[in-house]
Amino acid sequence: MSSILVQVIVGGLLLGAVYALFSSGLTLIWGMMNIVNFAHGDFVMLGMYVAFVVWTLFGVGPLVGAPVAALVLATLGIIVYFGLIRSVMRGPMLAQILGTFGLALLLRYSVFWGFGANFMTLPENLVGGTFDVLGIRIQASRLLAGVVALLVTLGLHLLLTRTSLGSKMLAVAEDSTAAQLMGIRPDSMQAIAWAIAAAATGIAGALIATFFYIAPTVGETLGIVAFVTVSLGGFGSVPGALVAGLLIGVIESVSAYWIGAVYKDIVVYSLFLCFLWFRPQGLMGKT
Amino acid sequence: MKFKHLLGLLCAASVSVALAGAASAQDKTVKIGAIFPLSGNAASAGVHAKAAIETAIDIINNAHPELGDLPLAKNAGLAGLGGAKVEAIFADNQGSPAVGQNQALRLITEEKVVALNGAYQSGITLTASAISEKYGIPFVNGESVAASLTERGFKWFFRVTPVASDFAKIYLDFLKDMKAAGQKVDNIALVHENTEYGTSVAGVITSVFKDNGLGIAQDIAYSANTTDVQSQVLQLKDKKPDVVIMISYTSDAILYAKTMQALDYKPPMMMADNAGFSDPSLIKTVGKQVQGIFNRSSFSIGPPGSPTFLINEMYKKRSGDDLDDTAARQMQGFFVLCDAIDRAGSTAPEKIQAALKATDLKPDQLIMGYKGVKFDDKGQNILASGLVIQLQDGENYVPVWPKERAKTAPALPYKGW
Repeated sequence: MSSILVQVIVGGLLLGAVYALFSSGLTLIWGMMNIVNFAHGDFVMLGMYVAFVVWTLFGVGPLVGAPVAALVLATLGIIVYFGLIRSVMRGPMLAQILGTFGLALLLRYSVFWGFGANFMTLPENLVGGTFDVLGIRIQASRLLAGVVALLVTLGLHLLLTRTSLGSKMLAVAEDSTAAQLMGIRPDSMQAIAWAIAAAATGIAGALIATFFYIAPTVGETLGIVAFVTVSLGGFGSVPGALVAGLLIGVIESVSAYWIGAVYKDIVVYSLFLCFLWFRPQGLMGKT
Repeated sequence: MKFKHLLGLLCAASVSVALAGAASAQDKTVKIGAIFPLSGNAASAGVHAKAAIETAIDIINNAHPELGDLPLAKNAGLAGLGGAKVEAIFADNQGSPAVGQNQALRLITEEKVVALNGAYQSGITLTASAISEKYGIPFVNGESVAASLTERGFKWFFRVTPVASDFAKIYLDFLKDMKAAGQKVDNIALVHENTEYGTSVAGVITSVFKDNGLGIAQDIAYSANTTDVQSQVLQLKDKKPDVVIMISYTSDAILYAKTMQALDYKPPMMMADNAGFSDPSLIKTVGKQVQGIFNRSSFSIGPPGSPTFLINEMYKKRSGDDLDDTAARQMQGFFVLCDAIDRAGSTAPEKIQAALKATDLKPDQLIMGYKGVKFDDKGQNILASGLVIQLQDGENYVPVWPKERAKTAPALPYKGW
């Protein structure tokens, strides 16, 4: 295998880890309350802007930017839950879709208004530049994003399967009336789920900002990938999103290299549709 | 002496009559539709376009005698229509050809604009101008370069900018000169986004180069909305072309700049076809990572005190950035349209169309470095021209070719970061 091909695959894995990172929040919300958050891509965008503001004000990188983004987005997640989601959940499916879609536009154009349409970036060497491993170039910023993706996935998985908070959240997801009879308040559990999902998304945004461009419309570009990742991984499955993200990243990279960049989406989406044909619940989703 | 007094009186009388006429025309405004990407991925370009049009309107509607021979600058409003003011109705094309088309329809049928201007992306100019053609409303474009736009036999479409084939010719002559100077240019790679703009420009460059014995060794098409360009950069790294020509919008151009540095890839020579690489926000974000890139331009800010310098100052107040080539071409397009309306002395579409056809502007009446503005039967400006610029000192492009218009010599090899 040529060293360039190894580079392509390594690049694909790191890209896939990033896909997984910003998809985990979306899959969590779905798993908890069967709501598709169309504003998800714009949550990522907000995380990026928080990282940018933190860097502009204090000159520090994602080590501070990511926790701040997590905090800001978690707060936003709670506000969104009580201000919007709780009411639209009682409405028809269409209201849920349009509600979060409207939220997406509100966030996008607020940022547009506040920061302008210009593209921005964080300095290239904010996270240690690029290093060589046996002739393979690895960007520290992407590696950091990849490692955090693994940690966030592991963290969310442990939270849901090993803690009493996780059990309570899953109980609400399964049957909120029954959970209520057991003394669990569905409202708080779902608000917590939104806070955690939004926080994870904020961290993702803050890390992606270190190697991507920042613009009000960036959520559109990233949002679509998140939806594909989540449905391939299985709606509601956090480890599923990780595997799916890595898979999509590698398939995209290799097909773009071998066949051509304009064909990579054709390859990814036809494989995706074929897969859903045989396994509509996704890689690790429940039937 | 007496005669002079009489003459003076007559002059004063005629001025006051003219002023009175102007006053009565104050409430008359000429509405022009301006379609630009004010949201979506190209919003940065659209916002700059809006600032350029607003600057042009300021120049037209207020007296600016300091701007020399620039038509419509001296007096306030359009003299040909009794001092009528110009108003632009901006419409957002959202980066979508379908939306651009709907906006053109809305501007014509509901806003009753007398002419249209826009729409940045070639693919959207294509659909929007089809509507104006149907309704018989003049459409003047200042910036879209896809060749196909003026090959449709349209009667109402006029384009002021040089087109892809002009630029391809410039690139070709430039590369031949570089070759004569000892630079290797035999192995050329084209990297282009895959909508109307990138595809058609790449197609034209390929055929012009082929006709002149320069082959394109590698052709990489990609989607401008992509999340990742590592594989494309690795394809280049694999084939090692002598020259890489980038035909990109802004977001993708930024990704290429960042990815090339991350993967440590530098071609010996890199060129860009305007668009993304001319966006001021690209220079601000990754300018330091693409040092030495060549680009095309037809605009330079000029020495302090010159009309283009003063216009740049006005523009800068609105947008916060210097006037770049794209925004300047948009502004020029708008001036050409307003000049035609002024000469038509009417807002009737046929009259404006006839005036556009009769346009014959000289270089000193332009803000761009064109040889003039004169349209052929297809509506294309046959006097449009351009030059090669290079990003040399961090933040600014300087003219480097052809020699007679160069400020400094081209610096090679490509420096990158």
